[in-house]
Amino acid sequence: MISPAKAETLSGLLRERFGETLQDLIYDRGDVTAVLASADLLAVAAALRDEPAFSFKLLLDVSGVDYQTYGKADWTTHQATAGGFSRGVSKGVEDAENGAFPARFAVVYHLLSVQNNLRLRLKVFLPNDPPRLPTVSELWPSADWYEREAFDLFGILFEGHPDLRRLLTDYGFIGHPFRKDFPLEGYVEVRYDAEKQRVVYQPVSIENRTLVPRVIRNDVIKGH
Amino acid sequence: MPEIRNMTLNFGPQHPAAHGVLRLVLEMDGEVIERADPHIGLLHRGTEKLAESKPFNQSIGYMDRLDYVSMMCNEHAYVMAIERLLGITPPVRAQYIRVMFDEITRVLNHLMWLGAHGLDIGAMTIFLYCFREREDLMDCYETVSGTRMHATYYRPGGVYRDLPDRMPQYEASKWRSEKECRELNANRQGSMLDFIEDFAKRFPACVDEYETLLTDNRIWKQRTVDIGIVTPERAQALGFTGPMLRGSGIAWDLRKKQPYEVYADLDFDIPVGVNGDCYDRYLVRVEEMRQSARIISQCVQWLKANPGPVIINDHKLTPPSRGEMKGDMESLIHHFKLFTEGYCVPAGEAYAAVEHPKGEFGVYLVSDGANKPYRLKARAPGFAHLAAMNELATGHMLADVVAIIGTMDIVFGEIDR
Repeated sequence: MISPAKAETLSGLLRERFGETLQDLIYDRGDVTAVLASADLLAVAAALRDEPAFSFKLLLDVSGVDYQTYGKADWTTHQATAGGFSRGVSKGVEDAENGAFPARFAVVYHLLSVQNNLRLRLKVFLPNDPPRLPTVSELWPSADWYEREAFDLFGILFEGHPDLRRLLTDYGFIGHPFRKDFPLEGYVEVRYDAEKQRVVYQPVSIENRTLVPRVIRNDVIKGH
Repeated sequence: MPEIRNMTLNFGPQHPAAHGVLRLVLEMDGEVIERADPHIGLLHRGTEKLAESKPFNQSIGYMDRLDYVSMMCNEHAYVMAIERLLGITPPVRAQYIRVMFDEITRVLNHLMWLGAHGLDIGAMTIFLYCFREREDLMDCYETVSGTRMHATYYRPGGVYRDLPDRMPQYEASKWRSEKECRELNANRQGSMLDFIEDFAKRFPACVDEYETLLTDNRIWKQRTVDIGIVTPERAQALGFTGPMLRGSGIAWDLRKKQPYEVYADLDFDIPVGVNGDCYDRYLVRVEEMRQSARIISQCVQWLKANPGPVIINDHKLTPPSRGEMKGDMESLIHHFKLFTEGYCVPAGEAYAAVEHPKGEFGVYLVSDGANKPYRLKARAPGFAHLAAMNELATGHMLADVVAIIGTMDIVFGEIDR
């Protein structure tokens, strides 16, 4: 979290240095976010790391985000006063106020500058299918594992990555579990088979129940 | 002449020095490491995906289970991210309680680390000494939250409840006589704060004991000095934070540089290393324990003098008291809504980071206005540290791998998530 004054200075510097390259520049809740196109990522990242005004020497985090079901709830809440709530959960009720992202997948980078005591969030939307963007592991070696993780969980391809293997999931795992269309309970489960004397994979036998439906209410308390 | 080949060695996932479930594939030339390839994910539980399917408050308990030796610090980052999205600030007393428990957690974590690290590289005794003090702090966890480890004590808007007025005491049993119990209970006669104050007072002497065992110990130095050296430039490039970064000589601590809660009002110092080797990181962590004791006693002083609320009084976000709920219709409705549906968090995104004992623990939270997080990403410090395993271990002997794993303070709960 950086102070509004610092954020103001940083935003000014970013605007001056990168100008039109930045698709958007937001200061919200203590963080400055710069939205970029994937084609500009490497050039901007190199400048942010090396130029003394920024010197973001630390890449703290790379995380994928899947916006497929953003703004979709399990219950309609707006017309509920007239019709009453249904007891069942209906998947994927749209909320008109949310949504509208340029692409389904985004990659979010969190940068830290120890020298200037600054933080910056970079966000790149990935319109391609499969989603792909260039690797930053040449600039920040710490990106190596973070990108492997994002590849594993979201299926985002980092072009030029030296060793893009799965990281967190099982050996031989199929699919990308953090995508919104991947069910929470997964597709396969394992158990020990006494006859075969080994661990076997089989289709999942449990069913996912929604205990608390996902609801979106816009009358939430804003600011205190 | 026989053909000489490199050897591939599987280290773990069931090796006592692998700190949990690390599978390390080592390519070795004799006893020298040529390449280290950590295989992780054996403890992957999909915490971030699970959190997407639950109301915000129900995931606080999952955060405890990320880095399961520094429980409350994980909660802290998560709770702070929610607070930032909601735009609320907890009462000052709650902030002091959080800081105090963050520091208790830091001591807990470093004691666990010191004991296990010592055990890994051949120092048996230190483990017993560390666990002696650890037990007292575990009792503090239990007193305040009811559980020794997975506390779920921090809540958005404050902490679950105020500090208790009395400390639980030992009772005589078949195994423990009346006299023994009287001795054990000697510092448990007053409130919990008295007990913590007493702890903070005697703890520096305990740290001296640990240092007597290790700091000038010839074997300890042989095993740690000049092992796993990281230059300040490399430490930054590899994404190191916390003692791993400070051990390399960079004075970076979020508590000082980007203070959260009441750290700005407290007096403490940041130790830094010089050489960036395992020994310097050991010294940094030991000094951090002393500094934590300083912070704890300052918090105790403040908390004793300033009673007050420990959670905000907005029942859209925090439950009303039991008594109110039984007698007041509106409170009953609030209670019902809060525990069946939870609260909706305004759409947006926030990143909250705390100076976790291991480094920067951050939570990146995306909300679409629902009662559940849309996306939660936990930035675990150990993940970046372990990713540097290959670079740190290459060229060292097999026995040094154990020292390097130890110095990284690896806990798989947070790395695999």
